[in-house]
Amino acid sequence: MWFELRYVEMAEVVVLLDLSISPFGSRVRIALAEKGIKYEYREEEVKDKIILNKSSLLLQMNPIHKKIPVLIHNGKPICESLIIVQYIDEVWNDKSPLLPSDPYERAQAMFWADFVDKKIYDCGKKIWMNKGEEQEPGKQELIECLKLLEGELGDKPYFGGDNLGFVDVALLPLHCWFYAYETCGNFSIEVECPKLVAWAKRCMERESVLNSLPNQNLVYDYILQVRKRTGIE
Amino acid sequence: MFCKCSSSPRLCLGSAMATSDVKLLGAWASPYVMRPRIALNIKSVSYEFLEETFESKSQLLLQSNPVHKKMPVLIHADKPICESLIIVQYIDEIWTNGPSILPSDPYDRAIARFWAAYIDDKWFPSIIGITRAQGEEAKAVATAVAIEQVSAGLVVLEEAFEKCSKGKGYFGGEQIGYVDIVLGSFLGWTRMTEKMNGVKLIDEAKTPGLVGWAERFCANNAVKEVMPETEKLEEIAKMIQAKFRAPPPK
Repeated sequence: MWFELRYVEMAEVVVLLDLSISPFGSRVRIALAEKGIKYEYREEEVKDKIILNKSSLLLQMNPIHKKIPVLIHNGKPICESLIIVQYIDEVWNDKSPLLPSDPYERAQAMFWADFVDKKIYDCGKKIWMNKGEEQEPGKQELIECLKLLEGELGDKPYFGGDNLGFVDVALLPLHCWFYAYETCGNFSIEVECPKLVAWAKRCMERESVLNSLPNQNLVYDYILQVRKRTGIE
Repeated sequence: MFCKCSSSPRLCLGSAMATSDVKLLGAWASPYVMRPRIALNIKSVSYEFLEETFESKSQLLLQSNPVHKKMPVLIHADKPICESLIIVQYIDEIWTNGPSILPSDPYDRAIARFWAAYIDDKWFPSIIGITRAQGEEAKAVATAVAIEQVSAGLVVLEEAFEKCSKGKGYFGGEQIGYVDIVLGSFLGWTRMTEKMNGVKLIDEAKTPGLVGWAERFCANNAVKEVMPETEKLEEIAKMIQAKFRAPPPK
């Protein structure tokens, strides 16, 4: 019995509370896959395709925000997607580093991930939560922001250099939303930002990414449901 | 009395670990600027404080932070670092000889980052809600709602303080840490809001732990000379409110 207890203590128990369509959850999934970490995936229930039916475990583990994703590592919860990704990088530091080791480079990576968080999702929302002329400011701002990111990418294959890094993980899930933005907004992101779209395609060739992201049609379906529910469509 | 560094650019205090070429672009009234100043003080790093004015942004600021065009910006060996939380983490990682600002354990670090994000994204915007409410028609109702939100947030932070401090004086334990800097930098504006609205936000009844913590924080050597005076912040707040109420230019 003592021997059994010791075995359990030594094993890492990792649980992810998530929703497959969530871009924030996807970030954590990509990080876990890049590091080859085994974990139990728990999908939160959804009513009517869009309303989250929050499990008691979620409410217990994230009482402040009551949101996914939540990583539970050996019983202890970590919340907020980028904080979780940083935690994963620090704990499982033996392979596939996501953040650079140089403090200045690390600060730059955190800056651009923060930029993605502050700007991209909100710009996209301004597009799909509106219609017609009201979408224009969102479209313009999104393209401006994506062009800035293209500038940061430069000629590197990934934002992280030769391998996936923190900024790649932060931005990639939002790429699944591009199809929805383009269809709702009737414009092409690829025409404006070909380098960024090429980067996304390159990333999608990696199994860790492919298996972690929802299908863009599912994302579009979700957005249509929200537009119908809020009376935009 | 203004902060010592509020006039022309000059070398700041903390020369024990004098490092060449450390500049900070900022303004004395900004809580976000206060954060790297406290961090540099903790590490005893001397730096040149380049004061920005409220009216216009300097060329150096626009060049160093072209994306957001905001302060603070730390310029270390001619390389800019932006966003106050990122700057504080950078300072902690570069100057390893001084006391640590973030905990060493990854889980504790994640908790510290969580609270920093909560303070910045949820709690401080609710304080702005009080100041904004002053400028609106149904101000009494709006102010009451905003105050309720801030107080509820402080009760959450009181609990966080109990858990993180583990009976010691700061969120960081025996010494000022990351969460202390993030929340403490807002104390000036919190006190100013209390005074201007005749309310007690951090009070003995609901948040006794935070009352003691706030006094301790403001008296700390790394903090006291960079904490702006409440009266001076009141003047700034009145200026901002006047701008809100001013009719749009024709």
